[in-house]
Amino acid sequence: MRQSALSLALRSVPAALLMICASLAAALEIEDRRRFGPADAARSLRILSTTDTAIFAPRIESYLRTAPEIGIDYIVASSTDVMQAATDGGDAYDLVISSAMDLQTKLANDGHVQRHSSEVTREVPAWAKWNDMVFAFTQEPAAIVVSDAAFAAEGIPRSRQDLIDVLRRNPERFRGKVGTYDVRESGLGYLFATQESRVSETYWRLTEVMGGLGARLYCCSSQMIDAVSGGDLFVAYNVLGSYALQRQDLSGISIILPSDFTTIMLRTAVIPQGAPEPELAGDFVDHVLAQAFGRDPLLSVDRWLSNSEMALSRINLGPGLLVYLDRLKRAAFENEWTNAILQE
Amino acid sequence: MTRPVVQGSIRRRLLVLLLCASAVLAVLVYFLVQSVARQVAQQSQDNILTASALSVIDSARIVDGSVMVDLPYAALSMLDSITDERVFYAVRLGDELLTGYAELPRPPRVGARGTAQLSAEFLGEAVRIAAVTRPFATDLGRNVLEVSVAQTLSGQRQTLAWTSRLSLAVGAGFFALTVVLALLIARATIQPLDRLTASVSRRGPTDLRPVNAPVPQEMARLVTSLNGFMARLEASLNRSEDFIAEAAHRVRTPLAVVRTKAEIIQRQIHKPENRKAMAEMIEAIDESSRTAGQLLDHAMVSFRLDSLPRDRVDLRALMRDAVERIRPVAEIADIGLDIPHADPATISGDAILLQSAVRNLLDNAVKYSPADTRIEISLRRDARAVRLEVRDEGPGFPPGTSAALTERFARGSNAKGVIGSGLGLTIVQDVVTAHGGRLHLDNQHGGGACASLLFPLP
Amino acid sequence: MRFLLIEDNAPLAAAVVDRLSLDGHVVDHAGDLETARDYVATTSYDMILLDIMLPDGDGSSFLTHLRLTENRTPTIVLTARSEISDRISLLDLGADDYMVKPIDFAELEARCRAVLRRRGSSASSVLSLGAIRFDSASGVLHVGAAATQLRTRELRLFEVLINAPGMIFSKPALVDRLFSYDEEVSENAIEVYVARLRKHLAGSDVTITTVRGLGYKLEQT
Repeated sequence: MRQSALSLALRSVPAALLMICASLAAALEIEDRRRFGPADAARSLRILSTTDTAIFAPRIESYLRTAPEIGIDYIVASSTDVMQAATDGGDAYDLVISSAMDLQTKLANDGHVQRHSSEVTREVPAWAKWNDMVFAFTQEPAAIVVSDAAFAAEGIPRSRQDLIDVLRRNPERFRGKVGTYDVRESGLGYLFATQESRVSETYWRLTEVMGGLGARLYCCSSQMIDAVSGGDLFVAYNVLGSYALQRQDLSGISIILPSDFTTIMLRTAVIPQGAPEPELAGDFVDHVLAQAFGRDPLLSVDRWLSNSEMALSRINLGPGLLVYLDRLKRAAFENEWTNAILQE
Repeated sequence: MTRPVVQGSIRRRLLVLLLCASAVLAVLVYFLVQSVARQVAQQSQDNILTASALSVIDSARIVDGSVMVDLPYAALSMLDSITDERVFYAVRLGDELLTGYAELPRPPRVGARGTAQLSAEFLGEAVRIAAVTRPFATDLGRNVLEVSVAQTLSGQRQTLAWTSRLSLAVGAGFFALTVVLALLIARATIQPLDRLTASVSRRGPTDLRPVNAPVPQEMARLVTSLNGFMARLEASLNRSEDFIAEAAHRVRTPLAVVRTKAEIIQRQIHKPENRKAMAEMIEAIDESSRTAGQLLDHAMVSFRLDSLPRDRVDLRALMRDAVERIRPVAEIADIGLDIPHADPATISGDAILLQSAVRNLLDNAVKYSPADTRIEISLRRDARAVRLEVRDEGPGFPPGTSAALTERFARGSNAKGVIGSGLGLTIVQDVVTAHGGRLHLDNQHGGGACASLLFPLP
Repeated sequence: MRFLLIEDNAPLAAAVVDRLSLDGHVVDHAGDLETARDYVATTSYDMILLDIMLPDGDGSSFLTHLRLTENRTPTIVLTARSEISDRISLLDLGADDYMVKPIDFAELEARCRAVLRRRGSSASSVLSLGAIRFDSASGVLHVGAAATQLRTRELRLFEVLINAPGMIFSKPALVDRLFSYDEEVSENAIEVYVARLRKHLAGSDVTITTVRGLGYKLEQT
């Protein structure tokens, strides 16, 4: 909320104050920060990301093996903060990495992003890049994480319809035990919700069922996973599958990729218009893309999607994503969603 | 022969003109294709943008007295379907922005059908904007809802680059085709001229018949003039030839009467002094008739040399013929004619003129030879030349005067008492020179003259 | 010899007829081609003298006509034109020789003889007197079994004499016949040729007799 208040303030202040405001905006809420490479490196790359450090670190380390003289600052923030920082104070960062494809696309569409073209980007498939501005380097599914114990009788559901049937038949068991993103808070949750609503009516039925069971709303995937693991939740809907897989420490839970359709989110990188080191950023992007689309199976984008039988519904990069960012559209969607999930 | 002053070439001029025309046409074709393609591309982009804007405006409805716009997903995603495009939109009610990009330029005038287009610069890139409007009644009264949709031009540029290449290829192809056609046309156009030239230059020097082959209308006047010119030339040549012949006739016939009568009188008088006078008179008649003859011969030679034919002439047969022809005259003076050596030899030239040259040489030799002597005529051929030699046992040429002898009217200083105008050797010289040869006049060691004609072999 | 003279110029024709008669020839004169055709159709000539330019046609057309009618009478063309233009075609058409006017009659005689010699002897060209025979065409003199080829002037002198046996020829007359006018000869030159002929005739019944103060004559003893 503080962030939106700031953005309101930004719109209202005179242009002469823009510089000051930009520096204010730079004071974003940093969730994590880590320095890679030599501390006194002559050239360093500042990456602003929504991806947890632990998940992205292997890529940075791989890059530093090819360019050891480079220093990399890796800063993690929320997707909304990242968007704001890239829009207003983009000159402070060389690379913005985000799972919020819509926001990344809007950054690019609105001219806050540089074009980058190289041997590597030309080899990248068309769905993984947009306008030579937005580059996807992962494909991550939206999964359903369930507690094995809760489904012992009926078996693990394979699709949304399965899940709806189980929930409807056992409202007592699942009341207060289902959770999902609060789409008003989470950019990723909003993206998943809008895309699924576009693909199938099932989404709205499931949302209404969950709303009837007094669904609990979360900001982040990891919290939902923890809740399922801890027994607070039996069902966590639309959890980022990559995060769930990462959590090898947890037991008694199942990760479901729904067989009717599985929404695939692309994690993307953009180079902000005011990047101090655009060439270095481009080089880094090339390295990440080469790994993602190269031969190395361990790092390949779809290393664990290739065997799945699900119908994959990949979210398209492009101006379609701007539709749900439209003020009126968003207001209408959030209104509808709120009516479905909060059935007071 | 005078070489014509060559300036330019009809074929080249035709080719250049045709090529210029086709180059201009090719450039026109290039620009035409380009502009049509540009227009089509622009039109299709405008159509898509307008369709997008219409789909947005169709989604507008009144909810609780205010205008709600439910942006259709396809409205924006359709603009990105072929190429990656940045897409902008704005929804305005009157001048109030409902949603979208506030700074997006508005097309200045919305036409009767409620659509308008504009090219502008937005957020650092050139865009094409389409706007549609629709009147809307709200709580605040009637107003106009306007939806603008904009798109960057990378697809447009791609299409234009392609059409540019296409129109370049079409233009180049057109030009290449016209070059080939121009070559063919130039050749076909020149062909009648070439044919006429070939048919005229194939002719022998004396062929002055009119050109009868059909020619195109444009050349009819040229051919008519040419034919007229040739007819005049032929008439003029015939007049010259006729004139010479007529002159000869007019001079010689009365001389013949006088000479014959003089011979008769000579027979009838007996006083030695009268006979002597009569002999001198006959001598004078002979001299004047010879002079007239040689003058006319010389005129004829000059006339023929103007258009020297190049026939194959058997020089050996020609020489033998000339010797046989003069033999009766030689025999009167008991002069023997021998041909000790005669190689076969053929040269190209005018047989009548060559005959005249050889006859003049033999005439000379017979004239200057005393009675009871011999004349040797020989024809030798080696790798480089043909040599026709006439040796007599007469007094020979006066030393150092051989060049002067061939001047007109020159006579050897020892030619006293011998009838001759001095034109004989001039004729020989002219004929031999015209045939590329030389006349040599020498005296032999044992006395006597040696005149030789030298014709180089090609 | 019998000549046909085809010549349209009357004064010249008359002079030529007179001149040839002096040498004992018989000459018919035709003034145009039509007359000439009539003559050759009815009379056999030893020689035709043909002018080229005639009122009713070209001499060459007469030659063509002559050869088409199988008439092989030797023909000498007389031309007043330039030799250069007429010569070849006339010889091609079948003339045996040609002469340019004005005519040197000594040359004409020589050419006639040459033409006849080329054509081969005809009965009319062989003359006999006593034991000798003389072929005037070839110039061969037969005395008994012996044959002698006479040289030009001997031949001409003998021809003059044998054509009129018993007739006396003066030295100047003989000089006129034997030598052309451009030659400087004395009358004594005749004696040289008479001496040569007498040598050839020795042993036959024909001799050349000197008639003192008048000249020479050929007679059979």
